[in-house]
Amino acid sequence: MLTTIYALAFYFATILLVVGIAYRIYEYAKVPAPLNIATTPAPTTVSGVWYRMFREVALFESLFKANKWIWIFGYLFHVGLLLVLIRHIRYFVDPRYVPDLIWLGITYIQPIGKYAGFAMVFGLAGLAIRRIVVNRVRYISSPSDHLMLLLLILIGVSGFMMQYVDRTDIVSVKNFFLSLAYLNMFDWQPLPDSLPLMVHLTLVLTLMIIFPYSKLLHAPGIFFSPTRNQVDNPREKRRLAPWAKALESGSDKK
Amino acid sequence: MSELDKSELDEVNSDADTALPDPLEMPEMVPDAMKDLHSFEAAPKHQTDLGFPGELVDDWQDVAIAKIGDLRQKYRSFRVYLDSCVKCGACTDKCHYYLGTGDPKNMPVARQDLLRSVYRRYYTIPGKIAPWLVGARDLTEDVLNEWYNYYHQCSQCRRCSVYCPYGIDTAEISMAAREIMDSVGKGQKYCNEIIAKVHSIGNNLGMPAKAIKATMVDFEEELEEETGINIKLPVDKKGADVLLVTPSADFFAEPHIDGLFGYAKVFHELGIDWTLSTTASEAGNFGMFIGSYDNMRKVSLRIREAALELGVKRIIFGECGHAWRVGYAFLNTLAGPWDFLDPKYPVPQHICEFTFDAINDGKLKFDKTKNDHMTLTFHDSCNVARATRMGDKPGGQFEIPRAVIKAVCNNYHDMDEDTIKEGTVCCGGGGGILTDDLMDIRVKGAQPRMRALRKVTEEHGVTNLAAICAICKSQFAKVLPKYDFDMEAIQSVHQLVSNAIIMSDAPKEEEAPAPEAPATNGDEPSASSETG
Repeated sequence: MLTTIYALAFYFATILLVVGIAYRIYEYAKVPAPLNIATTPAPTTVSGVWYRMFREVALFESLFKANKWIWIFGYLFHVGLLLVLIRHIRYFVDPRYVPDLIWLGITYIQPIGKYAGFAMVFGLAGLAIRRIVVNRVRYISSPSDHLMLLLLILIGVSGFMMQYVDRTDIVSVKNFFLSLAYLNMFDWQPLPDSLPLMVHLTLVLTLMIIFPYSKLLHAPGIFFSPTRNQVDNPREKRRLAPWAKALESGSDKK
Repeated sequence: MSELDKSELDEVNSDADTALPDPLEMPEMVPDAMKDLHSFEAAPKHQTDLGFPGELVDDWQDVAIAKIGDLRQKYRSFRVYLDSCVKCGACTDKCHYYLGTGDPKNMPVARQDLLRSVYRRYYTIPGKIAPWLVGARDLTEDVLNEWYNYYHQCSQCRRCSVYCPYGIDTAEISMAAREIMDSVGKGQKYCNEIIAKVHSIGNNLGMPAKAIKATMVDFEEELEEETGINIKLPVDKKGADVLLVTPSADFFAEPHIDGLFGYAKVFHELGIDWTLSTTASEAGNFGMFIGSYDNMRKVSLRIREAALELGVKRIIFGECGHAWRVGYAFLNTLAGPWDFLDPKYPVPQHICEFTFDAINDGKLKFDKTKNDHMTLTFHDSCNVARATRMGDKPGGQFEIPRAVIKAVCNNYHDMDEDTIKEGTVCCGGGGGILTDDLMDIRVKGAQPRMRALRKVTEEHGVTNLAAICAICKSQFAKVLPKYDFDMEAIQSVHQLVSNAIIMSDAPKEEEAPAPEAPATNGDEPSASSETG
């Protein structure tokens, strides 16, 4: 019964997540950027913009300029999360279908991923404390801002519980997810009976569902941010949004 | 006299152990400190002149909400920036208005949230289901007034956009907010009246063609008296090579006029055939301040028409910050293509780029000692610094004006690194708030810049502040005295050029009188006539 509920919930959440993100990207892509508003100094070439974007995504360059505390906590959280996610790949894929080299990488990252989990929760805790203690940040926070941090922290903590407190039979968990992946409808491998696991999975489901409709979906935002992704070439290159082009046909221009 | 008062210096020296405040020092947070600052609203005529409703329409909520929907389809920036903020707090201490007032609604993210909260309520699922949870709220009359007050406490200087990890630019939000307010009939008098003047007359000041011509004749006489040579300030001269588009403040305000003299001398010395235009007698484009593409485009097209009419080959912009943004970054889109101009030159060119090139080519000679009575520092104007470029390389907008200053002055010192270049703090008067009814925020917003200036004044003996923006110049002339500086401490960059340039055809026998710091009559431009 429990297995069925979780299986259906994961299908539902996955579809929502994928469709939600894809739809958001589609929406951003279809809205024109009618003017060049790159924050300067900006790169004057496309490759320069790629480099700028890389620095923003991989190093959080602007955030580093802005505030070292937010940068440290935010960076620990995001890099920690990335490593933890890579570590989790092992639970969702069948090694038979993964090239050896990649599987080797996933194997090697396992111990690192464990520590990364601590870095992630540490970073989140730092951000959460800042949100409460620093009056400027407290002022701009809505209940949801606090709750999202709490949600992520609890996902991490419940994960630790599965590892260190009430060790979960991870092989069964993997079998469950593989049976989901193989679309063995209503013939899913049973989830092991474990409270931390139930908590962990429920929180992850919650995260997957709210992700596409909340500020958590800020990652595509950076790629579509005109102040960051535009080439500084407005004197050389004219840009005309479709709606702006329509104005051109008016009789006011010689 | 543009130096610090001697008595004041002594007083400071005797007080040497008192540390100067950090220019970017964090204020005590004072919620609602600025909530009642309400600039004059546009009269019905100011509104209708620009194609907006004359007064608040009956169904203004519906119109405003629909306008939000419209803008999110038209501007990717608006859409992405409303969605992407994670409230990390990186921007919270970056706005000079927050630093100067302590009002938390002047923190960039909080300023954005005034609109974002409404966007969330009507355009996002969580905001529709659980507004209390995600900080969404209904659009009420109080909210509209809050918009009006706080979106006119933003100079659209983009300092916040430098530090935001997603590049969220509050200027985009405040422009959109002003456009929404205009569309429901709640515009601002200062901006909208000025734009209407440009549409009907050609410049922010409302100076008719005849007056411009007469003024230039006066200026030519003044220049002849000073230099002994006949330096022209041509107006509407057909067939000239260069069209100079400059802020109309250069025709009437100090120290702007001295900058205009500098351009004229450079053109004369280089033998450039140039002209002003009476129809495009304004570089500033307040259409940007109110986020109106239509108005911005209409103002820009005047330049295109003038260029075609006069048959010029190139366009050069005078010293003006937001103007240079529209000129550099938008003009090609709004009024291009410029295929009828000489392709050898970028369109448009900044006067500093032009002078810099001439200096590099060794075509200009200077007597730098003519500026020895001053020690200069340079105020990077916000929109030049963060929205444009000069020259070929990123950052040329910082290097080129400094290079020009250093070519004509012996004494120069930069202010604190985190208050200049891309981190420059705005003068406090940009983006459509250079009006007396907003004097409170203008003075408070200038605080970080004034503190940075105080520091170099005391530590490096800086006496004067140079700028390349008409708004900065007018704003500083007003606020410098409030911070115990001389109002004449503000200089145009081309005023410094004008002081030092050696005119090769000047009569050799009599020395031209050494130029004093700008000869003002002490009159401040009145509020209604501060036109950027």
